[in-house]
Amino acid sequence: MSAGEPQRPGTLPVLLPFAPSRTPAPARLRPVHGWLLCGLAALALPAWAQGGAAAPSPLEVVIKWAPLLLTGFAFNVAISLMAMAIGTLAGTGLGLAMLAENRVVSAVAWGATQVFRNVPWLVLLFFVMFLVPFQITVFGLRLPLPDWVKATFGFSLPVMANVAEIVRGAVRSVPDTQWEAAESLAFTRRQTLWRIILPQCLKRMLPPWMNVYSLIAMATVQASIVGVTEMLTLTAQVHAAEGGRPELFAPLYGFALLCFFVYCYPIDRLTARLERRFETR
Amino acid sequence: MTRATPDGPPSPAWTPDRPIVRLRDVHKSFGTFEVLKGISFDVAKGEVVCIIGPSGSGKSTLIRCINALVPVSAGSIVVEGIEVTDPGLDKLALRRKVGMVFQQYNLFPHKTALQNVMMAPIHVLGQDRREVEARARALLAKVRLAGKENAYPGELSGGQQQRVAIARSLAMRPDVMLFDEVTAALDPETVKEVLVTIRELAEEGMTCMLVTHEMNFARDVADHIYFTDRGVIVEHGPPATFFASARDERTRRFLSQVL
Amino acid sequence: MIEAIQAWFQRLYETTGFNFTVFYDPYDFDRYVAGLRTTLLLALSTILASLVIGAVGALLQSGPSRLLRGLVNGFVVVFRNTPPLVQIFFFYFGLGTLLPDLRTADGLRTPILTNVQWAIVSLSLFAGAFNVEIFRSGIEAVPKTTIEAAEALGYTRVGAYRHIVLPLALRVCLPALNNNLINLLKTTTLAYAIAVPETLYAVKQIWSESQNVLEMMLVLLATYAVLVGLLVWIMHRWERALRIPGYGR
Repeated sequence: MSAGEPQRPGTLPVLLPFAPSRTPAPARLRPVHGWLLCGLAALALPAWAQGGAAAPSPLEVVIKWAPLLLTGFAFNVAISLMAMAIGTLAGTGLGLAMLAENRVVSAVAWGATQVFRNVPWLVLLFFVMFLVPFQITVFGLRLPLPDWVKATFGFSLPVMANVAEIVRGAVRSVPDTQWEAAESLAFTRRQTLWRIILPQCLKRMLPPWMNVYSLIAMATVQASIVGVTEMLTLTAQVHAAEGGRPELFAPLYGFALLCFFVYCYPIDRLTARLERRFETR
Repeated sequence: MTRATPDGPPSPAWTPDRPIVRLRDVHKSFGTFEVLKGISFDVAKGEVVCIIGPSGSGKSTLIRCINALVPVSAGSIVVEGIEVTDPGLDKLALRRKVGMVFQQYNLFPHKTALQNVMMAPIHVLGQDRREVEARARALLAKVRLAGKENAYPGELSGGQQQRVAIARSLAMRPDVMLFDEVTAALDPETVKEVLVTIRELAEEGMTCMLVTHEMNFARDVADHIYFTDRGVIVEHGPPATFFASARDERTRRFLSQVL
Repeated sequence: MIEAIQAWFQRLYETTGFNFTVFYDPYDFDRYVAGLRTTLLLALSTILASLVIGAVGALLQSGPSRLLRGLVNGFVVVFRNTPPLVQIFFFYFGLGTLLPDLRTADGLRTPILTNVQWAIVSLSLFAGAFNVEIFRSGIEAVPKTTIEAAEALGYTRVGAYRHIVLPLALRVCLPALNNNLINLLKTTTLAYAIAVPETLYAVKQIWSESQNVLEMMLVLLATYAVLVGLLVWIMHRWERALRIPGYGR
């Protein structure tokens, strides 16, 4: 019984006839809607499709192409891992540069962080794809830069900025007295940072860092917009190869959603659990 | 021990046999607010000096100036021949000679008690790990913490943490120890165990400078007491004369409140 | 004034080769402004819709119905852990083609929702899922004793929620909300993928026709820097305006 509904005196809820709620809230149902439709499309459409030509059912299509689509997904994961590795290295440097005693260094690092954090990731991706040449010459050596390498670099820029912010925030969260204590024991600034401060905030940095990873993993599909062949590109190609039937869109994109969900949800849970554990300590 | 007349700051010409710390006309301002307005005194080797005074009188700032945690605005400080106010000061060399213990202990929370004591000698002085470990264990035993080597700071009481902090400073084999209200954050029961440790240290001949509110302790262990208020030394002297016959009105009022 | 600016950029092009067509070519300028307007429309409508979704979702999540709680939870979990771009495709291609078309008065078939509307729906749900979480944690931060005090004073559950819990929760969750809305503004660029003519789309059209990628990239970066900066400023003002002396911190 909802709280807002006035109860007439003398009527017990149990005596009222059972009736489904008269106002189904569309906003509430939409979530599962997608999944329901996805499932329904997979289950119910075969029956409908069998009436017509011998077109395979959506479920059959998804199963048939799953190996190819999963290869595409593996490629997304690979890009995300590389972008994360590059971005973490660069971001740690940038974050430490923000903490540098040299005012100019810290100001420049701060500015770079703000720019790369606040510009949409897709725009950064465009930026790298269009402005980085397709090959570079290092010591007279011509290195080709395929699109996926550029895309990886494009994704590592926002990772870098976010990691830099995480590093700075974590270092700032260590009380000043720790710096003072280390200083009075004649530790240099560098020793203090690496031996005293960073080891303390490593734990604190882990959950937000994992969060960034989850975001970048999900963002890799944007590579399809700039012409890198990955899962979404393959999904569109599969759709075309199956005759471009409109009813195939939902199951195929539903499959992509499912892949990412299966990959990202455990990371999300783990992040939340770690966060709670570190908080209580 | 010969001393300057107790009713004024020591004259600049006066020097004890071997001054290990020498302050001359030290000024310190934060913005427009002048915390120290010309402090001068000497500390001889092996001497125990207590600095007392009301809150906000600049005691902690004064002690922080001595190991260059806080830069002074004017005047000069010399520690064992090192000119602290020299712009080209080698801060690390200074801090190897001067140990400091803080009110809030400031142990490194991610290291055990033993590791806290060992870190600086290994990383700063580059000493041999095994030798340092033996010394660290001995130091922990000396501050009566044998058996707590592998405890993390979070697992120790305030008094225990403070004694680890003292051992940590001693591991650097300093010539002077600075204590900044080291018992102010402790429970009354644990204050004593820390004071006992400091007293033992003083009796072994360590040069100590303490900022403290523990008047009875100051009376027991200090060779000389300085009373500061509003950035100047108002009155000083050996404990016997200082407590018995304070001349200045401010000192008397302060003593009547805390004793 | 406008002519002076146009002339200046024309001269810049002739002397240095920096071709900022948007600032002197009225055609490109109009396209850019139209893109900017679409971005603003997307941002404002999705911000409002996602706030409503977040508030309703959080209310339901703390409500008595187990079924509704489960549904809201499922919604939050799914939308937080799947790529927003795939969500947009799923809605626009997957659901959009399954829904029946409408017939206009002159007999033409048009889809029920246009690509702009699908983008708004999909982005609102995406950001709304995050807002549910944010509001819920804000509500959880309000001490139970405060709610008990309100109920002891005779407030109904809804009344206590409206007058006491929500105003306090809002202040607790503003920083997180802040982040999410800024993120939402950035995510509106994904509408590009279903050909919604927002800023990125318009700018890309301009640079592929006028061959001035670098210049338009700079315009693009500056545009988003200003838009995000503006939103940050507004949110901070709001945060300051709502600050209660001595509460929190």
